[in-house]
Amino acid sequence: MTSTDLASNQVPAKAGTHSSAARAASGWIPAFAGILFLLVVAALAPRAGAAERVSDRQVLHILDRLAFGPTTADVKHVKAIGIEGYIAEQLDPDAILESSELNKRLAGLETLKLDPVQLFAEYGPLRATDGMQPSPEDQKARRQRARLILEQAQAARIWRALYSPRQLQEVMVDFWYNHFNVFANKALDRLWIGAYEAEAIRPYALGRFRDLLGATAHHPAMLFYLDNAQNAAPGSKGLNGREAGINENYARELMELHTLGADGGYTQDDVVALARILTGWGLARPNALPASGSGFVFYPARHDNGDKHFLGQDIAGNGEAEGEKALDLLAASPATARHIGFELAQYFVADQPPEALVDRLAARFQETGGDIKSTLKVLFASREFRDSTGAKYKSPYRFVLSAARAARISADNPKPLLGAMARLGQPLYGCMTPDGYRDTEAAWLSPDASLLRVNFAKALAGGNLPIVDGAKPVEAAPLLATLGTGLSGRTRAAVAQAQPELQAALILGSPDFMRR
Amino acid sequence: MRRRDFLGLSAGASLVALSGRAWAVSADAAPKRLVVVLLRGAVDGLNLVVPYGDDAYYAARPTIAIAKPGVEDGALPLDEHFGLHPALSGLLPLWQEKQLAFVHAAGSPDPTRSHFDAQLFIENGTPGRRATADGWMNRLLAAMPGLSRDPTEAVAVGPTLPQILKGRMAVANLPLGPAAATPLAIDKPEIASAFDRLYAGKDAIGQAYRQGRTARAELVAGLPAPPDPTDRGAPAPNGFPAVAARLAGLMAHNRKIRLALVGIGGWDTHVRQGNHTGQLAERLRPLGDGLAAFAKALGRDWQDTAIVVLSEFGRTVRENGDGGTDHGHGNVIWVLGGAVQGGRVYGDWPGLGTDALYENRDLAVTTDFRAVLAPVVARHLRLPDRALATIFPGFSPPRSDLDRLIA
Repeated sequence: MTSTDLASNQVPAKAGTHSSAARAASGWIPAFAGILFLLVVAALAPRAGAAERVSDRQVLHILDRLAFGPTTADVKHVKAIGIEGYIAEQLDPDAILESSELNKRLAGLETLKLDPVQLFAEYGPLRATDGMQPSPEDQKARRQRARLILEQAQAARIWRALYSPRQLQEVMVDFWYNHFNVFANKALDRLWIGAYEAEAIRPYALGRFRDLLGATAHHPAMLFYLDNAQNAAPGSKGLNGREAGINENYARELMELHTLGADGGYTQDDVVALARILTGWGLARPNALPASGSGFVFYPARHDNGDKHFLGQDIAGNGEAEGEKALDLLAASPATARHIGFELAQYFVADQPPEALVDRLAARFQETGGDIKSTLKVLFASREFRDSTGAKYKSPYRFVLSAARAARISADNPKPLLGAMARLGQPLYGCMTPDGYRDTEAAWLSPDASLLRVNFAKALAGGNLPIVDGAKPVEAAPLLATLGTGLSGRTRAAVAQAQPELQAALILGSPDFMRR
Repeated sequence: MRRRDFLGLSAGASLVALSGRAWAVSADAAPKRLVVVLLRGAVDGLNLVVPYGDDAYYAARPTIAIAKPGVEDGALPLDEHFGLHPALSGLLPLWQEKQLAFVHAAGSPDPTRSHFDAQLFIENGTPGRRATADGWMNRLLAAMPGLSRDPTEAVAVGPTLPQILKGRMAVANLPLGPAAATPLAIDKPEIASAFDRLYAGKDAIGQAYRQGRTARAELVAGLPAPPDPTDRGAPAPNGFPAVAARLAGLMAHNRKIRLALVGIGGWDTHVRQGNHTGQLAERLRPLGDGLAAFAKALGRDWQDTAIVVLSEFGRTVRENGDGGTDHGHGNVIWVLGGAVQGGRVYGDWPGLGTDALYENRDLAVTTDFRAVLAPVVARHLRLPDRALATIFPGFSPPRSDLDRLIA
């Protein structure tokens, strides 16, 4: 392909100006073509239908933020229903028909149909039968079999992010999963990671914050990850019958990360009080498993039923209800509203989000009792959001997904995509610490990762990844047609000068494509 | 008990005087190097360098204490008061050669028990001040004289750049897994030149890319060949000892590397941390063995290398209800190196009596972590005191026996 071919695949709205410029350049020696191209673009820009151009850029912008990057079909869709229409559609995911092809893929993932108790029974550690301990070999085989759960959870997440028309829902799943992060490789959590996302995150991703908070607080994946399953009144018998005591881990992160934020005004005494309030919130014992369900059990005998003083309020000893009251207090705190408002603005607008926007989001969150949809409406309607095109550096997760979406890859085997995310430092479900993955340039931009991204773009574009049987090289022309408006003059020129077989790799590996 | 050993303070061994002398003897050409190991998640320093002379230690930890030296599986005696976790036996030869020192009851003056804030402060070097945008190792790099300003002069191990190395100086990062030297498409000149044109911009993305290109060109030659894919059933070694060996190889091959950073997670032992065996022991053993092997692999360069191992805060003195420990305050910092005056536990030990504890639960901090790093910067890396003021703004190290930490 030559630069002339590239030019002939411009987005129609600008074909007249751009293709003629590039056509004129194609007969020149390549080193000058780029310069000329830049000059011509610069000269023509003010006259070339500014309104349309902005709107094209806004289409890409909206798909870079509310979705995991533009596809040809989604660009067409947004143009058809308009940006306002797309925002309204995405905020109501239940009204969007799920892709039947996606449903077919998901139907084959049998572990996603099991609840935490069933997962434990079918894939958890083997238990002694008739006094006979299972052999170490059998336990090992069992652990290997349980890997299927994580593989299927990862495949489901990738396929949804790539192919679901409910893109904003999947974007918010990524956001909330990191907010309420659980590490898949902590012992039993490998059993529950998929169920956690399906039961505690996705249903509430655009719902009410208090529901998310309650669902994560009760879920076995979180109870195990942050050790609250082991948190018991001093002197009571613990999970394994041994003497138990307070464990502060969950209580601290619940305030610092999930609700109030590090500056939320709580003290070490509040950490201890909240830990005491949450004593007895635990998991069913393996020898007393119900047939199915979440596996959450409140143990009155392990609960510290004394009165507590928490965040300036007296909370009388009242069993499990104390925990619910504490979650109510935390969800309703202005510090929480501010913390969530900041995180949303950082995720959707800029690493250092404008104060005024954070204020408005916090206010909306507060006055709607933590309604996520209402808060996002304010965000998407804001000038700050509209004006922030390209302000965010893509996380590895976003980069890999957006490349696969733009290239229209049928990811029958998602492992090469998961492998790329892991090599770039962001293994899916693999964040060990409870703060989850950050979504900032400072977290992800590094010298080595810059090369690895380019390398991934080259491998994907060259059809060299075993993602689908008979993977073919990716065509540059449709990529340019979809992404062209978002590419700089420098990038277009470099692509135009490159060997045809490198052009798609250059687009997906360009600095422009690292941003959203 | 309160054990003070301000050896030689009266002899006037102030940092100023010592660093002045150090300049006079810095005639050798071998580069002075510093490796920082960050144990992310707050390692339990009280089970690492065990105050076996404190009865309060055993009272506070009925199930997880390390037994006294002389008892089976007991601590390895360091002196009449402290013993080493037995899983760190690999480090004993360095201790005996006086090339390993510990500073106990050290840490950040900031009281936070948030992992994330505390790590930020250890990395940006300004406890209590989140807004400091760069890391102290980047400021240190800027203050080191005679460098060529090549990104390989400071290397972080891993796929991302940690806060401690961020800043205006160009640095490199490199994951050192088994496949570190696997060729990339970008190694081919025709592909590289096409992408180089794209990344010619002055923005952060362009700079990072170009630093990566320079670093890769220089560093990959120092890595062992990637594992042969046909070599099935014999996986390349992974884990810290393997990473440490690759880092040593890299530093031996590329003498431009002056600063290196390794972060290791997984120390947040709220549940069943174990004593001489168990979770913590299983994490400490590869760390100790890896550091010992690293020292050996550097050969003669070990004389000019210092390693500092530190964590964001310590853990509660009392074990919690689950055979674990919660977030605490004071911790132990390790300093290793050919020029370290080791074989000593430095610091002002506050004791573990109820009245000595910080907020009635944690080991107090009697030595600021910057006071441990100060002699490493001034005497090992031989930077003047005014450099210290840019590396740790607002901090001046108090006079203490740490003035003798480096020969």
